[in-house]
Amino acid sequence: MLDDGAARHALRLKGVSKVFGGVKALDGVDFDVREGEVHCLAGENGCGKSTLIKIVTGVYQPDGAEAFELFGERLESITPVQSRARGVSVIWQDLALFPNMSVAENIAFDEMVGLRPRGVDYRGMKDRARVVLARLGVTLDLDASLETLPIAQCQVVAIARALMNEARLIFMDEPTASLTQSETDRLLEIVRRLSADGVAIVFVSHRLAEVLDIASRVTVVRDGKLVGVYPTAGMTQARLGELMTGHLLEDHVTARDMATAPVVFQAQDLGLPGQFEGIDLTIRQGEVVGLIGLLGAGRTELAHAMMGMSQPISGQMRLHDQPYRPASIREAISQGMAYVSEDRLHLGLLQKQSIADNAAISVLDRLLDRFGLISNPQKIDLIRGWVTRLGIKIGQPDDAISTLSGGNQQKVVLAKWLATQPKLLILDSPTVGVDVGARAGIFRIVRDLAEQGLAILLISDEVSEVLYNADRVLHMAQGRIAGEYDPRKVSVHALEEVIYE
Amino acid sequence: MSNLLRNRQVEFRLLVVLVLLCIGLSLTTDTFLTMANITSLLNNNSVNLIWAVGLLVVLIAGGIDISFAVAASVVQYLAAKILMGIGGGNWVLGFLVCGSLGVLLGLINAGLIQRFRIISIVVTIATFNAYFGLLMFISGGRSIYALPDWWTARVILFEHEAADGTWSELTLPFTVMVVCVGATWLLIRRSNLGRQLYAFGDNPEGARRAGVSIAVMQALAFGWCGLMAGIAGLMQVNIVQEVVPNALYGRELEVLAAVVLGGARLGGGRGTVTGCVLGVMFVAVTQNGLNLLGISPFAFQMIIGAAILIAISTSNISFAGLGNLRSGGRK
Repeated sequence: MLDDGAARHALRLKGVSKVFGGVKALDGVDFDVREGEVHCLAGENGCGKSTLIKIVTGVYQPDGAEAFELFGERLESITPVQSRARGVSVIWQDLALFPNMSVAENIAFDEMVGLRPRGVDYRGMKDRARVVLARLGVTLDLDASLETLPIAQCQVVAIARALMNEARLIFMDEPTASLTQSETDRLLEIVRRLSADGVAIVFVSHRLAEVLDIASRVTVVRDGKLVGVYPTAGMTQARLGELMTGHLLEDHVTARDMATAPVVFQAQDLGLPGQFEGIDLTIRQGEVVGLIGLLGAGRTELAHAMMGMSQPISGQMRLHDQPYRPASIREAISQGMAYVSEDRLHLGLLQKQSIADNAAISVLDRLLDRFGLISNPQKIDLIRGWVTRLGIKIGQPDDAISTLSGGNQQKVVLAKWLATQPKLLILDSPTVGVDVGARAGIFRIVRDLAEQGLAILLISDEVSEVLYNADRVLHMAQGRIAGEYDPRKVSVHALEEVIYE
Repeated sequence: MSNLLRNRQVEFRLLVVLVLLCIGLSLTTDTFLTMANITSLLNNNSVNLIWAVGLLVVLIAGGIDISFAVAASVVQYLAAKILMGIGGGNWVLGFLVCGSLGVLLGLINAGLIQRFRIISIVVTIATFNAYFGLLMFISGGRSIYALPDWWTARVILFEHEAADGTWSELTLPFTVMVVCVGATWLLIRRSNLGRQLYAFGDNPEGARRAGVSIAVMQALAFGWCGLMAGIAGLMQVNIVQEVVPNALYGRELEVLAAVVLGGARLGGGRGTVTGCVLGVMFVAVTQNGLNLLGISPFAFQMIIGAAILIAISTSNISFAGLGNLRSGGRK
């Protein structure tokens, strides 16, 4: 048991396999986590991470395992109840909490589960919840209903709920996907605290910088097979991305000098009180302009103004050297503007409708047949064209959009906007919740579109994203353009220092 | 206290409106605030309240039931046949027979929902029609007047003669209603089963992952609603002293309206016994008030409809800010 390292093992899996309908979701994977360790499980979507988590939590039974040890106990297999009783807990990305119930009830919910009727002791429940929150160094209003809490605090409630079950091994699935930078920092602080407390934590995240920051070791899985287990010390994001995807990611500066290309869009001294002011912005044909800054710097607000969703009160905009002052998003689109929103899941797609309907929604008027009805063959042709051009992996155009992975959904959103044949495309945080492989795919498309002459404004939270994919980087802070950088002359580190100073 | 106000906004608002309504009616009529009127109001609304707390449990669990009033009619009819068949029976047998028949009809709903994964509104619209059609077919629409004496006898628990000779009294249905309301409160507020019902209505997938048994929750919610429907059926016969097959047809929407008015959310996870009682009482007092004021009964439904719209839309206004936080809170 004490074979490697001083700490005892929380979990030790050796040669675990799982087959679904003839497909090997896991093929002889080894995985071990030590007590008190923060361990990262890394891999692209569909690589087998979730299957692995579900085997440890008893949702699936392994089809074969040379060894399956939980806290030193040898197991053949495990049920969800046994897994939880042994201290295994999963915090799913959607948290699985109860918005209408109080914070205390959410934290203590699992003690209420079961068919044997018994009373509810609200006072004792609150006391226990308070103790657990104190262990995390957090105070919350225990009587508040959960839906009144910001998402970061819901995350804390989910962790507290795991501790309430005396969790000693916690899997966290994309815990930071919807948190801001400062909320993420606070969450990582809590994770460190738990780890110092002896709780083993398995961290699953697409944000590689964060993974390298918090974890001591990383296990990489690709296509159901173990790639390797690596210490994070000395590991770089680029190397980790390469291990996950199996090919070198094009993380190098791709900036070109676009100063002579014709101007597509120009803003002069644009201002809207409380949102942004004094904005000068030029975007040229075929140019990718990166716009970076902290949350609330006014980047999205600026994009909204460019799309006619708000009306600036000072300054002016020009599109193709014509005065441009859109009164509505409809007018902006008709003049050749396109906007892929930050919150694609809520605003960009109709989740329950088909892929075809989603992609065609912005160009319905061009699909009408001679009776003025929407022509289905034309619609399918349109979709097939974009599916090929953007390399979208879909089943049938009639499948619901929710059947696609995050990366492919994002490509459908792109297809929807590209179908309007825009001159300027605004991409607002296009890779939130998208895994590293799909991310590379999206940027490949961005570069291709730019090569074909599309002007692109790329808004992002991640410095490396804009630095490696834009021709020019603008830094926005407190509603103003605070600086302009040439990606060929500035490092990721130097730019991060400026932004997070 | 501030927490209570914050988490019970709907109930508090409804209470204020109800109190204002009562004060208004006391001032404009000289009959509203008499013991005779208040007690008859309570007696006459016992059946609605028993149904309402049953329906509340289903709404909290994220379902809806359209069939409970018709189910009560079926229970009445079958119970009358069974009880007369065994020679009359007594109150204990009456509760047992009506209760179990009600639970059975509720479990049929739960079973269909669970087994065939059909949403509850579709299932209960179907059973509503099936139960009612079958009842009318078998009974031929004929009422039953020959009922055991114990069933139709008035059981008076409190009586008082006023100076002018009018009698006020509280009867058995009122007591049974109080017990049903109390039992429902214990179930949903004070027992782990009830909290699982809330959780199931609030986030079914989250509840399932936590190990809450979905089949048991459906059975509990619809079984409880059926039990209340059966007991309400028993009590309604005690009040009207006859079994009329189509007497309860149509009452379900009135009860549903009152429960929704009381803050129970269609969609699950929210609703309280207090709100439910206030909702029913608001509907009852409005109807009673219109009556006493001599206003056409047709105005009643119009007012209830308007009250629901106002209640739902204003509760959305005050909860709008919270809704944003729930769906991301990152803007």
